[in-house]
Amino acid sequence: MYNKGLIVSGLVIFVLLVTFPIWFNGLDAGPLPKPELPPGGEKECVAPAAEMRDSHMQLLNEWRDDVLRNSDRVTITVGGKEYQKGLQIACMQCHSNKEKFCDTCHEYAAVSPTCWDCHITPTELVKKEAQ
Amino acid sequence: MDNKRRKFLKMAGATVLAGISAPALVKLSSTSAVASGEGGHEAPAASPGNAGGHGEEQPSGVRLGMVIDMRNFYQDQGLLDKAIAACVKAHNVPQIPDPKSEIKWIWKTGFGNLFPEHSQKLRSEKIKNSQFPALCNHCDNPSCVKACPTKATFVVEKNGIVAMDFHRCIGCRFCMAACPYGARSFNWQDPRPFIKEYNADFPTRMRGVVEKCNFCGERLALGLEPACVEACKGTGAIVFGDLNDSHSEIRKVLDQEFTIQRKPSAGTMPSVFYIV
Repeated sequence: MYNKGLIVSGLVIFVLLVTFPIWFNGLDAGPLPKPELPPGGEKECVAPAAEMRDSHMQLLNEWRDDVLRNSDRVTITVGGKEYQKGLQIACMQCHSNKEKFCDTCHEYAAVSPTCWDCHITPTELVKKEAQ
Repeated sequence: MDNKRRKFLKMAGATVLAGISAPALVKLSSTSAVASGEGGHEAPAASPGNAGGHGEEQPSGVRLGMVIDMRNFYQDQGLLDKAIAACVKAHNVPQIPDPKSEIKWIWKTGFGNLFPEHSQKLRSEKIKNSQFPALCNHCDNPSCVKACPTKATFVVEKNGIVAMDFHRCIGCRFCMAACPYGARSFNWQDPRPFIKEYNADFPTRMRGVVEKCNFCGERLALGLEPACVEACKGTGAIVFGDLNDSHSEIRKVLDQEFTIQRKPSAGTMPSVFYIV
C-alpha cells in the first residue's frame, strides 16, 4: 500500500471530523424534550401517546387527504367530545400551546414542518387580537 | 478488406430501409385490423360520461351552483358588502389595498367586466352604476383543473365544487392563466399582516400560493350555507343548491327566471347564474 501513513491519518481525521457533534457533546444527546401536556387536562388522544409520537405526521397527512380530497369529514370522538379532523380544529383544541408542545420536539429533532405557515396557532390568534 | 466494406454497406442499407418501413408497416397492419369500417385512426373515443371537451354537461350526481339575483343588489348595494365581509371573515381573506396583489374570493365588479361578451351599448343607468358580485364559477368543465400540474385544484366528486388543496399548490399560476373569469388570486406576499380578524377554524394561506372561492366546502360539511348566502339570508339575493336536482329551489328559480352565465363561449359551463 502506497502512502500508508497519509491515508490512515487522513481517514482518522475524517472520522473525527464527521463524528464531531457526537464527541464534542461528550456522548450525550442533551436533555430530552418534555412537551407540555394539554393545559386543559385532557388525558385521551386520538391514538395512544406512543403511536402519536411515532406517526402523528402520517395521521395528519391522512386527515388532510380525507377532508380535502375524499370529502370524508367524519368527526372523531375522543373522551366523549367530538372533533373534526384537522390540525387547527382538533389537535390544537387540546394542545393549545404550540411553543411548549410541538416546538419542543421539533426543535430537538431539528425538523421544521411547514404546518404553521398557514394554520393559525393560538399565540398567533392572541397576537392578532392585540393589534 | 474490400469485401468487408461492401458487406457492411449492404447491411447498413438494409437496416436503414427496415427502420424506415417498419413503422409504416405496423401502422398499415393495425388500422386494417382494428379500425375496420370505423374509419378513424384513434379507436378509443372519449367516453360519453366524462367528455373532456365542449361536450354535454354531466347530469349525474350533485352539482352545486348559485343563482345571483341582481334585482336585490340593485336595491341594496350594502348587501354585497355584507356578503363580501362574511366571506372575508370566514376564510381569512387578506385585504390588500394594491389591486395588483389583492386577493379575491367574492368581489365587486361592473357589468362590462362581468359580461364582456354582452353588448355594453345603451345600457340602463341602473346596470351601469351598479356593482355586481363575481366569484369562482365552479365550472362543470373547469380549465383551471386541467392546467394544474400538481392536481392542487380538482373537482370534488361528491358535490361538483372546484376545490383547492393549498398544501399541494406550488404557485405556478397556470390556473390563473387558464381561468377565464379572473377568479384566482396569487399571494405575492405573506397575507397575514393584511388579515384584520382571524377565523380560528380556518387556515390562512402563505406566500406563493393561489387561492379562490371554495363554495364554503368546510361550512357545507357542518350543514351550514355558504357565508355569502347566509349574509343575504331572507332577501333571496343568492340562491344556492344542487343544479342536478330537478326539485331543488335553485332549479325552480332557473325554471322561472331568465338567467345568464359568464362567458359561455369559453366552454367551461359555469355553475353560477345571474338574473340581471
